[in-house]
Amino acid sequence: MPAPEHQITAGFMPLLDSVLLVAALEKGFAASEGVSLQLVRETSWANIRDRIAVGHFDVAHMLAPMPIAAMLGLNPLPVPVVTPMALGLGGNAVTVSRSLWGRLADAGAPADLAAAPVGAALARIIASTERTLRFAVVHPHSGHNYELRYWLAASGIDPARSVEITILPPALMPEALAQGAIDGYCVGEPWNSVGVDAGGRIATVKAAIWRSSPEKVLGVSERWAASNGEALAALLRALYRAAEWTNDRANLDEVADILSQSNYLGVAASIVRRGLSGELDLGERTQRVDDFFMPFGRAATFPWQSHALWFYSQMVRWGQVAHTPEHARMASTSYRPDLYRNALGPTGAAIPSASSKVEGALLSETPVGATRGRLSLGPDGFFDGRIFDPARLEEYLAADRPSRA
Amino acid sequence: MPAELSILVIDENRMRASIIEDGLREAGHRRIQLVHDVNEAARALERIAPDVVVFSLDNPNRDRLEHYFSLSRVLERPIAMFVEQSDRASIEAAVAAGVSAYVVDGLKKERVEAILDMAVSRFNAFAHLKRELAEARTELEERKLIDEAKGILMRTRNLSEPEAYQLMRKTAMNQNRRIAEIAQSLITAASLLEP
Repeated sequence: MPAPEHQITAGFMPLLDSVLLVAALEKGFAASEGVSLQLVRETSWANIRDRIAVGHFDVAHMLAPMPIAAMLGLNPLPVPVVTPMALGLGGNAVTVSRSLWGRLADAGAPADLAAAPVGAALARIIASTERTLRFAVVHPHSGHNYELRYWLAASGIDPARSVEITILPPALMPEALAQGAIDGYCVGEPWNSVGVDAGGRIATVKAAIWRSSPEKVLGVSERWAASNGEALAALLRALYRAAEWTNDRANLDEVADILSQSNYLGVAASIVRRGLSGELDLGERTQRVDDFFMPFGRAATFPWQSHALWFYSQMVRWGQVAHTPEHARMASTSYRPDLYRNALGPTGAAIPSASSKVEGALLSETPVGATRGRLSLGPDGFFDGRIFDPARLEEYLAADRPSRA
Repeated sequence: MPAELSILVIDENRMRASIIEDGLREAGHRRIQLVHDVNEAARALERIAPDVVVFSLDNPNRDRLEHYFSLSRVLERPIAMFVEQSDRASIEAAVAAGVSAYVVDGLKKERVEAILDMAVSRFNAFAHLKRELAEARTELEERKLIDEAKGILMRTRNLSEPEAYQLMRKTAMNQNRRIAEIAQSLITAASLLEP
C-alpha cells in the first residue's frame, strides 16, 4: 500500500448514502489510492455548505441540488461548488403517521407503494379535510423537497397551498411524526425505517415517484477541484470501488454493521439493512422494492447534466430562482462529467459516452453507448409518465407555469 | 449614538447561552433575548424582530432555522448572513469556533463584527472550559487506576508503594505506553486471574 499522498477531509451527514465515503475509508479503498481520508460528521446541511465554503472540508456528501444552488448564488457565501460524481441513485421514501395512513387506506390507497393511487387517495383526503396537512423535508434545495412536490402536484395537490411543507432535520422526523407535530415526511434512509418502528407507515418511495433518480452527490469547491486534480481523481476512483463493493449483496451485513456504528449512523444494523437491501418494513408488511437504493450499476455514480437541469427546472417551478438561459447553463455546468471521465477513464470502468440524457423515457433496462465495456440504463420513468428532455427545457418549464386565467 | 440593537441568541446549551449573554451585556447591549428551543425561535423572530441572531453551529435544527428566516414576515428584506458583511478571516474563525450569526440587511459591518467577535471568543472560552473539565476528570480517573494497580502489585509481589510505582513506571517507559495504560492492563489481568 503506498504512503498517502493526498490528505482529504470530507464532511457527511448520518444517512444511508454516506456509505460510499464510509466504505472508501473503512474498507481501505481510499488508502489504496494514496488518499488519507478524514470523515467529519455534521449536524446540518447548512454547516456542510458553509464548511465547504470556508475550506474546512475539501469535499462533502451533499444534497444533489446544493452545488446548483451554490452556482446560482442562492447561498450566503458566493463560493462556486461543483459535482464531479453522484453518490448513488434513490434511497428516499415518504412516511406518514398511522392515522393518516388509516385515512389513506380508507380512501383507496394500495399497500404496495404505487405513487399514483396513493397520491390520488391523498388528494381525496385533502379535498375533504379542513385541517391543512403538514409534511416535512430536510432542506428547500433537496431531492426530497422536489420529489415530494412533484408527486403532490402530479396527484392534483397544490404543494404551495393545499399542504404545508416545513423543514426538519432527518433524525428528528420520526419523533415529530409520532407526536403528531407533522403528518408525514420525505427523507432518506434509515429515517423512514426508524419512523416505521416509531409507529409510522411508508406510503411511497422515491423509486416509485421517479425510478433510478438522483439523490446525493460529492460536492467540491471549484477552486479546490482545480488545484487538487490528482487528489480528487484518486478519491473518485476510491469511491467508485467503494460503490462496487457496497453493491455486492454478499457484503450486505458488513456494510450494515459498519454504518450502524455510533460514529456513523448510530442506528441498529437491522434497520440500516432495510434500505440497503430494499427489503422495506412498511409498517404492516414488508416489501421488496427493486432499485430502492442503487450505489452502483446503471451509471449510478455518473454526474448526468440532465439531472442537474431537472433539479434546476424544479427550482424554477417552485419559485426559488428565475429562469434565464444563463442560469440554466450555470446549473448544467455545475455537474462535471469531465472530472469523472478523467479520473475513471484509465481504470476500465464503463462510462457513458453522453453527458446528458432524456429522463424518464426508458421503460426497461436498455444498453447504451459506453467508452468501454457494457452499460445499461433504466428503467427510469416518472410515475406520471412525463418525460424530461433537457434539450427542450423551455417547453418543460412552460408546462408547469401556472396559467393566468 | 446608533439605535440599540436587538439580539436573539439561540442555543440549546443553556450555560453557553448565558455566557454569551454576559458578554453582550458587558459590551453594553441591553436588548437580548435567549431561546433554547428552535420551535420557540419562530415565535421570537415574529415578536422581537431581531437585528442580529447569534446561534450555535452544533444545533441540528439549523436548516429549520434558516427556513424560518426565509418565511419570516418581520424581516421584509431577505435576511443576510453575517458572512456578506464580514471578511473571510472572521467567517473562518466563527465557523471554527462553532458559532455564526444572521443579521438584517443594511446593518453596519463594524457593529456586527464586534458582536460576532465577542461570540467567537466566548464560544472558544466555553470549549476550553469543557476541555479542561474533561481533562481533570480523566486525570482523576487515571489516578484511581494507578492507585488500584499499585495495591495489586503490593499485595501480589510484596512490594512497597514506591517500589510498585517504580515498577509500573519502568514498564511504561520500556513499552512506550502511559502509566495509566499499564495500570489498566494490570487490573484487567488481575481480575482474570482471580479465583
